[in-house]
Amino acid sequence: MTTYTFRLYVTGHTERSKAAEVNLRFLCDSFVSGAYEIEIVDVAERPCLAEEGRVLATPTVDRLAPLPPRRVIGDLSDHDRAAFALGFPGTDEVSPERWGR
Amino acid sequence: MTGSDAIERMPTGINGFDQVALGGLPARRSTLVSGTTGSGKTLFAVEFLAHGIMLFDQPGVFVTFEETSAHIRRNSASLGFSIEQWESQGKWAFVDASAGTGEDAPAVGSYDFGGLVSRIKHAVRQTGARRVALDSLGAIFTRFSDFRTIRHELFQIAFALETLGVTSVLTAERPEEYDGVTRYGVEEFVFDNVIILRNVLRQERRSRTVEIVKFRGAAHRTGEWLFTIAPEEGIVVVPMAFLLSPAGASLVRVSSGSAELDTMCGGGFYQDATVLITGPTGTGKTLAGLRFVASGVEAGERCVLRTFDESREQLFRDAAGWGMDLRAMEGSGLLRIMSDYPEVASLEDHFLQLRRTIDEFAPGRLVVDTLSALERVVSPRSLLDFVLALGAIVRRKEITTLFTSTPTGRLTPSGAQAIVMEIADFADVSILLQYLEHEGEIQRAIAVLRARGSTHDHSIRRVTVDGTGMHIGERLRGSTHILTARPTPVSMWGPVESEEGTQG
Repeated sequence: MTTYTFRLYVTGHTERSKAAEVNLRFLCDSFVSGAYEIEIVDVAERPCLAEEGRVLATPTVDRLAPLPPRRVIGDLSDHDRAAFALGFPGTDEVSPERWGR
Repeated sequence: MTGSDAIERMPTGINGFDQVALGGLPARRSTLVSGTTGSGKTLFAVEFLAHGIMLFDQPGVFVTFEETSAHIRRNSASLGFSIEQWESQGKWAFVDASAGTGEDAPAVGSYDFGGLVSRIKHAVRQTGARRVALDSLGAIFTRFSDFRTIRHELFQIAFALETLGVTSVLTAERPEEYDGVTRYGVEEFVFDNVIILRNVLRQERRSRTVEIVKFRGAAHRTGEWLFTIAPEEGIVVVPMAFLLSPAGASLVRVSSGSAELDTMCGGGFYQDATVLITGPTGTGKTLAGLRFVASGVEAGERCVLRTFDESREQLFRDAAGWGMDLRAMEGSGLLRIMSDYPEVASLEDHFLQLRRTIDEFAPGRLVVDTLSALERVVSPRSLLDFVLALGAIVRRKEITTLFTSTPTGRLTPSGAQAIVMEIADFADVSILLQYLEHEGEIQRAIAVLRARGSTHDHSIRRVTVDGTGMHIGERLRGSTHILTARPTPVSMWGPVESEEGTQG
């Protein structure tokens, strides 16, 4: 089974950072339960990684695997659109408008 | 204003700008530099950092949103900025936020620019930067479309920069000249310090100006200031008369080239004097200029003759007719003649060219013949800038300078008279040449209207011109009413009747 690897860039321990993490974990549990890894990078603490990843906005989610890489910015509060944008299995072919929960 | 200006300044090092800004940008604050495409925003930002390193050894961080860092390195090399070298020395760091990977990342939910801010902070800490440039904010607007977020985040960025204690320049796009400060109308409300760069067509000439719209609590000069982008110097703001530090007045006298005129002026011109000779075409202004130059060369002084009116050949011929060999003077290395018609370049470029010649050649005398020719291509206000800026340089360097001018035959726009009056006021010595009718003949007359710091001859004297030059003769009595018709600077420069015919 393919492992989904994400890196979540956030700034500090804010509501928004927390929301992004919660939303990302919820999506992973819903779509790829047990087969995912999430690395959380606080850009305030590790600015080099933000520089390397050319991150401007936080939160930013990078899907590192499977390839191709994908990037979404925001706290992922709209689960439907977030799942589509991150390319979770079963969301690829369908537009987010028609894709129901 | 409460006494002295308490806001500390950070000089930009940009040629002429700091004089307009009365010392520089407000230190440890952010300044928005707004302009249309091609107005020189990026150059302003690059120069702000580069001069910081070169003049003050202050490291800088350049945040680029639009052009790639490679592009900026390459473009800056032609100005002699070796960014790569500074990068290796840890004096310059890029934060490359240009559209690369993830440029089209979709946004789901709310976000902030925390990534950008932490990258900037990181770069500032690593280099110990005192200056930060962000170029240009417009690019964030196109990539991140939520206006409220952007406005809020601009505040955050500005706040973060001020917390870091750096002085920063942020550039922004303007869609059109004279239509709002910025494209989105948001940026200018976030920043307390706003500068606009313009690039407009005026009187069929492209003209660049810089204007300080606001500086929080800090004094600055108002209005638009001409600038040019010179290939090797970058931005050059044409400065004005008040740029000069009032130097001590010279007590040395130099000859005008005519013993009689010297006597009229109380013993020649002071070495640091600016002389204005006004008169209709044919009264002998060019001749006076040539005599002035010739006597300088005879005295072993270097002289620059800048004519806007005639070609070199015409000038050589005229001079030969009065017994002066300009070619030989040039050959001696003491004379440099610059002859271009005003139309070949912008006024700023003419100014720069003259300034460069003055720097290189270090003349003791300068003649500009005639200012009136420049009126064909620029507004009176710009001409005043030109005269004042040049005047500031020649006074400081104690270059005796003679300007000639013709009263224009055209109707002068309202407001322009005040300006020509200012030019006349600026001169230390003001000499009037005029035609007059005398006993059924057209004759020429000369009068010294002013010779600052000297007791001068107040009489109106007859002038004759022959193959050996100009001769000032006896005092004209009983015919002064002819000159009093318009002897003041205002009417000299103002509209006059067609009796003078067309001007050369």
